[in-house]
Amino acid sequence: MEKSRFPSFGLLYYWLIVIILFLPIFLLILFSFNDSTRLVFPLRGFTLQWYRQLSENSELIRAVRTSILLALGSSFLATVLGTMGALVVVRYEFPGRNIFVAVAALPLVIPYIILGVSLLIMLHSLGVRLSAWTAGLAHVVISLPYAMLVVIARLVGFPQNLEEAAMDLGATYWGALRRVTIPIIFPALTAAFLICFTISFDEFAIASFLVGTQPTLPVYLYSQLRFPTRLPLVVSMAAILMTASMAIVLISEWLRRVGQTPQPKKK
Amino acid sequence: MEHPKRLLALIGPPGVYLTLFFLLPLGIMAVFSFRAGTIGEARNVFTLEHYRQFIANTAYHRLLWRSSLIAFGIASISTLLAYPLAYFLAFQAGERKLTLMTLIIIPTWTSYLLRVFAWKLILGTNGLLNTFLLSLGIIDRASPILLYSRNAVMVTLVYVWVPFVALPIFAALERIDRSLLEAAADLGCKPWQSFLRVTLPLSAPGIIAGFFFCLIPTLGEYVTPLLVGGGQGAMYGNLIQDQFVRALNWSMGSVMSLAMLLAVIVLLALFSRMGSFSKLLEL
Repeated sequence: MEKSRFPSFGLLYYWLIVIILFLPIFLLILFSFNDSTRLVFPLRGFTLQWYRQLSENSELIRAVRTSILLALGSSFLATVLGTMGALVVVRYEFPGRNIFVAVAALPLVIPYIILGVSLLIMLHSLGVRLSAWTAGLAHVVISLPYAMLVVIARLVGFPQNLEEAAMDLGATYWGALRRVTIPIIFPALTAAFLICFTISFDEFAIASFLVGTQPTLPVYLYSQLRFPTRLPLVVSMAAILMTASMAIVLISEWLRRVGQTPQPKKK
Repeated sequence: MEHPKRLLALIGPPGVYLTLFFLLPLGIMAVFSFRAGTIGEARNVFTLEHYRQFIANTAYHRLLWRSSLIAFGIASISTLLAYPLAYFLAFQAGERKLTLMTLIIIPTWTSYLLRVFAWKLILGTNGLLNTFLLSLGIIDRASPILLYSRNAVMVTLVYVWVPFVALPIFAALERIDRSLLEAAADLGCKPWQSFLRVTLPLSAPGIIAGFFFCLIPTLGEYVTPLLVGGGQGAMYGNLIQDQFVRALNWSMGSVMSLAMLLAVIVLLALFSRMGSFSKLLEL
C-alpha cells in the first residue's frame, strides 16, 4: 500500500493526541495526592489526607448516593424505551418512521441548555417541585438515543428467523421477544445501560437547572469549585470518578463486542 | 403494514415519553415567550414585548453572532485535528485499530465538568503550561492571560470534541472500498492524488457529520465558558442561563432559547441537505 510511507507520522500524531486527551485526567490524579491546598506547581509532597477527608464529608456522600440512584433509574428507563425504539426502527416500515427517528435522535445534538430550561418552565408551570428525579426525566431523554443506537447496531445483525422459529413453536410475539431475542441481545442491553449510566452520572448542564435542593454529584462538585480550600477534595473525588468511569466504559465496550453476532468475513 | 398492534405497543412508550418530556416542554416554552411576566397577573397577559426587546438589543445579536463564530471555529479546528487521527486509525493502525479507537474514547466518558476544570490547572498562572514554558526558558515570567479568555474556551472545547468528531470520520473511512484506492494507483494516481480524488470525497459524509455534531451543541455551550472563559469568553448560552438563574426573566430567556433553537434547526436542515441522517446511522 502506498500509505505505508508515512506510518511513523500517523503513529506519532495518534500518541500525541492520546497524551493530550489523558493529560487533564492524569493531572487531577496527580494533584489528588499532593500535600497542599493550592493546585499549583511545583508539587509539595505525597498525602492521602484528601481521600480520608472524602469519606467524612456527608454532603458529598449524599450527592454520590443521589447521583447513583438517579443514574440507575434513568438509564433503566432509557434502555427499556431505547430498546423498544430500536425494535421499531429495525423491524418496521411505516409512514412517520423518519419522524420518529429524527425526534429520538434530536437530543444528541440539541444544546442541553434548551432541554434544561424548557423542562424547567414546564415543571414550574405544573407546580412540580424540583428534585433529583426531575433532572432524571431529562436524563432519560438525552440517553435514550444512545441506548437506541447501541441496540440498533446489535439488532441489524440479528437473525430474525429465530423469533419466527419460536413463534412457529407456539410462542407469542412477546414471548419470543422475552425468551429468545432479549436473552441473546442482553450484552448489548447491558452495554446500553452502562453508557446511559455514565451519561446521567456525569451530566451537569441540565441537572444544574432541575435538581432543586437535591444536588447530584456534578452539581455538588461545581458548587465546591468556588471554594479554593475545598479544591483538593474535589480533585480526589474526580480521580476516583474518572478511574471508575474508565472501568465502566471498558466493561461496556467489552460487552458490546462479546454480544455481537459474528459477521460473515468480507473478502 | 404488518402487525400494527405490535408496532403500536413498541412505539407507544418511547413516543409518549419523548412527546411529554421533550417536545411538549419546547411547546410550553414557546407559549411562555409571549407572557408578560413569570409570576402573578403578568402570567396571564400575553405580549410581543420580549421579542421586540430581543430584536432591538444589538448586544444580544453580537453575542449570538460571536458565539456562532466561536462554535464554528471550534468545529473547524476539531475536524481538522480529528481527520488525521481517524485516517491513521482507519488506514494505518492495522489489527489494533479498534483497541486504539477505544483508547481515544475512554477519556470522553469521564466527567466532562472535571476535565474542563482540569484545564484550569493547565492554563492557570501557575499551571502546567506556564511552568513548562518557564522551565524551557521560552517565556521569562508566568503569563496570566492563558486562562479566562476566548482562547481558553476554544482550546478546552476543541479538546472535548476531537474524539467525538473523529468517530464519524473513522466510520466513513472504514466504509471506503479499499480496491478503489488500488484502482486509482493502477491508473497512475499518486498517493496524494488518490487521497484528494478518492479518499477525501468518500469520507465527506463523516466530515460533515462530525463537523455538525460538534457545531450545534457547542452553540449552546455555557458550562465551559463559565469555568475557563471569564468575562471575555462568555457565550450566548451564558446569556440564557443568566435569564433563568440570575435575572429570573423567564419569558426573555424563552425568546433567547427559541432564537437558538431556530439556529439549531437551520443548521440541522443544512446538515440533512448535505448528508443524510439515516445514512449516517446505517439504517
